Amino acid sequence: MATDPETFPVRSGEDVVKARQVVRSRAMDIGFSLVEQTKIVTAASELARNTVIYGGGGEMRVERLYEGPKRTGLRLTFEDKGPGIIDIELALRDGYTSGNGLGLGLNGARKLSHEFDIWSKPGEGTRITITRWK
Amino acid sequence: MERIPILKLESFLLVSIQVDMHDQLALALQDDLTQKIVATRARAVLIDISALEMVDSFMGRMLGNIASMSRILDAQTVVVGMRPAVAITLVELGLSLPGIRTALNVDAGLALLRAAVERPDVLVDGD
Repeated sequence: MATDPETFPVRSGEDVVKARQVVRSRAMDIGFSLVEQTKIVTAASELARNTVIYGGGGEMRVERLYEGPKRTGLRLTFEDKGPGIIDIELALRDGYTSGNGLGLGLNGARKLSHEFDIWSKPGEGTRITITRWK
Repeated sequence: MERIPILKLESFLLVSIQVDMHDQLALALQDDLTQKIVATRARAVLIDISALEMVDSFMGRMLGNIASMSRILDAQTVVVGMRPAVAITLVELGLSLPGIRTALNVDAGLALLRAAVERPDVLVDGD
């Protein structure tokens, strides 16, 4: 079960900061520990930046998940209508970058999440969903 | 444009990052610091990140760039005050901040820099 997603624009550097703040606040609401909060906020920061730089801007959706009385989680979806990723396997490799970053963003976000899902089609866009359970 | 202040103390430059930085602000800090090292002939740079709730790969790269640029300009860099949750996350992310010297707090960082500046044989050098 999930709450109705909240949607936030991710189009500028300021939006990346706002996305981090929203994710921090929702992670606190769920009762994530400080380390868990920091992990999902960092993952969100990497993905939000990718959405701005490589996707030409897009949006972030935030959902709270409930599975039974004790299992709660946070799911974040970053979606853009940018050029898409031609080789996803390559893009997920540590050290690979098409920009001037360290190439840790995408795979870093995957490492900091419990579930990671990526959809991308050249010319259509990219959608990345990460989930972290409490 | 918004800027992160840089203070001069003796032959050191001190920076305390107190805001959630967007990328442009981080890049501006990098530029300002390198210019200020040359303008003030500073021998060392201390960057306090104790207020930062997260450091992602972009900020990690920015800190690494500052350390490299300072070294080329004959100044040492130390990053102090990293929160434990940030350190745990950085390692999990795969970012080990090579080439960046760190200290637990401002006191320890200053002591390290003083030793390095007063005794050039004690080089503060990351990997």
